[in-house]
Amino acid sequence: MQEGKVLPAAQINRDLLRSILETPRWFWPVVSLLGAIVLAASITVGIMINTGLGITGLNYKVVWGFFITNFVFWIGISHAGVMLSAILRLAKAEWRRPATRAAEVLTIFSLMTAMIMPIIHTGRPWRILYWAFPYDFARGIWPNIRTPLVWDPSAILTYLTSSTLFVIIALVPDFAVLRDRTTGWPKLVYTLLAMGWEGNPRQWKLQIIAGVLLSALILPVFVSVHSIVSWDFGMAVAIKSWHSTVFAPYFVVGAVHSGVSAVVFAMILLRWAYGWQDYIRHEHIDALGRLLIVVATGWFYFLVMEIIFGIYGLEGDELAVRALQFLPGDYGVAYNVWMIVFVGITYFLPVILWLPKAWRRNLWIMSAACISVNVGMWLERYLLFVPGQANKQFQTFTWNDYLPQWPEALIVGATFAFVSMLMLLFSRVFPLVPLYDIKEGDILRTEMQVGRRTLTATFRED
Amino acid sequence: MPNAQFEHKWGMVADLDKCTGCQACVIACQAENNIPINTKDYFLQRRAYEWIRIERYWEGEYPNVKARFMPVLCQHCENAPCEPVCPVFATYHNEEGLNVQVYNRCVGTRYCINNCPYQVRMFNYWHPNWPARMENQLNPDVTVRTRGITEKCTFCVQRIRRGELKVESQGGNRLNDETIAGGNYDPACVQACPTNALMFGDLMDDNAAIKPYFDDVNAHPGHGEHDRETRGYRLLEEMATKPSVIYLKKVDQYPLPGKGGH
Repeated sequence: MQEGKVLPAAQINRDLLRSILETPRWFWPVVSLLGAIVLAASITVGIMINTGLGITGLNYKVVWGFFITNFVFWIGISHAGVMLSAILRLAKAEWRRPATRAAEVLTIFSLMTAMIMPIIHTGRPWRILYWAFPYDFARGIWPNIRTPLVWDPSAILTYLTSSTLFVIIALVPDFAVLRDRTTGWPKLVYTLLAMGWEGNPRQWKLQIIAGVLLSALILPVFVSVHSIVSWDFGMAVAIKSWHSTVFAPYFVVGAVHSGVSAVVFAMILLRWAYGWQDYIRHEHIDALGRLLIVVATGWFYFLVMEIIFGIYGLEGDELAVRALQFLPGDYGVAYNVWMIVFVGITYFLPVILWLPKAWRRNLWIMSAACISVNVGMWLERYLLFVPGQANKQFQTFTWNDYLPQWPEALIVGATFAFVSMLMLLFSRVFPLVPLYDIKEGDILRTEMQVGRRTLTATFRED
Repeated sequence: MPNAQFEHKWGMVADLDKCTGCQACVIACQAENNIPINTKDYFLQRRAYEWIRIERYWEGEYPNVKARFMPVLCQHCENAPCEPVCPVFATYHNEEGLNVQVYNRCVGTRYCINNCPYQVRMFNYWHPNWPARMENQLNPDVTVRTRGITEKCTFCVQRIRRGELKVESQGGNRLNDETIAGGNYDPACVQACPTNALMFGDLMDDNAAIKPYFDDVNAHPGHGEHDRETRGYRLLEEMATKPSVIYLKKVDQYPLPGKGGH
């Protein structure tokens, strides 16, 4: 049984639509600040395209740096959406309800952000059409389907399409609520988006069937997207520490780890910003915290396995990379210090913070733990990718280090501002907590006595 | 006329016993292939690049120390890891056993650089430029690459093509040492090597000087290494990339104390 009181539908509408119908005073200053950061980064990207990748810190040995790290990080964040809405929906976890849409929308925006990264990272982004779309029909030259770099856009675009469909289907009943509460041109937009929703039983049934079907259909995509992204690295035979078969499950679990943490943090922020205390309750954060302990421990298992598989073969060149990761280094950057920091802040610190129930219900502690996980997961990707390139093979003559420069740091920082800005703008236009889902949850909590049997009061998605 | 230019399989042999590490090959390559001048800035940015480089290793501890040199260039692997990972087919294997790079198609994902075990693929981070007085010395047969693309050793394909044209104009139909005297189609590094440490040839040509080495190494692959009659070996043989470059071991007449030597 859930905590919290069952609120009247009118109040739910009023509370959850407050973010759309009223503008909080902090809204535009915050959005402008985020927009300024994004603008600065866009100008930097322009300079980079204009003068070449020379302004980054990449060199002849380490050719994939901050941008690819950031790409994988945002792909990882995007896994929160399906994890929370599809898997928990099929598992009928009631506490998922307020989190689903925030997670799905975060999925869409982080996928969009992630896709920018490999494009601006290429040497000639203006020729990217050659890569992304079949071209040159006359000479029969098509993109090379043997490369993970072609599987990547296919998987990511599939995921983006299905997540967008998923969000839109869930939004239709809420569009109808908005259609009835707005005037002028917004009403016209919402009317079009609501697609004639009246809330009759047939429409509800179709909407629920579509939701369940999409949940089930997205699940394979959920597993495949990050597996395919991990094959960008796993398929690279020349880089010893990348060429590993454990990468796919390791990356998927790691993605859920960072993604769910990001959603928890976003929910805490929204609860505070829009005063949604009655909807995003402590029990939800608590449940997500318990889920995260399991996910984090699974991730930690794969982390240890990845290292053990690496050193088990006792190959000189693989050991050289591991030495760079774990032993005091020859280079200026001490990767081993970062490694200790990363394992500490990605597993031990947050899991300790999630263990006591009182701490799981303390929003400050939860925020700290979730930020710590995400900083750690970003570091994880960096420490996985860069040392492998620095000490690639046992030709020590070519070993080289990488020192990121300010344009990369600024662009990477701005991606966080970009996603936050998109989330805020979205919350101004669409309800970020699903109205009908909350109401449905409330109704499901009320049960009817018919004779001797206890029945749920409404149609259930069985 | 049958398409004679496809009846080739180019290969190279690098004799480490003859290599003195003089870097003449590096400079010859730089001049032949329009490679930008590696300035101090490029070195400090760790972006200085050469299509052929002399790797220098120290053996032993001071004062009992020896310098070892190894020229490393694109190995033109038969089973090249760089080729399947390019999303736009900018690199592929041509019919003459060359691993070729199509500059015009390259978008610069740099996956091939990561997937090359020999680290011979180079990325243009800046637009290349030369001092004005040097612009007239650029080789007209070689494309000047723009920034944002990957490039690498071509086995001086322009020289091979020039040789083929010459053979054709003389009425011959096959480029080899008989039709073009003195290896005039050799890559610049081979031609410049003062000790003849580098040898270039056609593996389809039974008279080629490099053929015995390839036959020997191919006859005793991998674990059969110790049965080889020549000193030949391939770089990173365990990667199974089947390079078209064979190295000959150094003959160490005065090995360092404690070292077996060959």
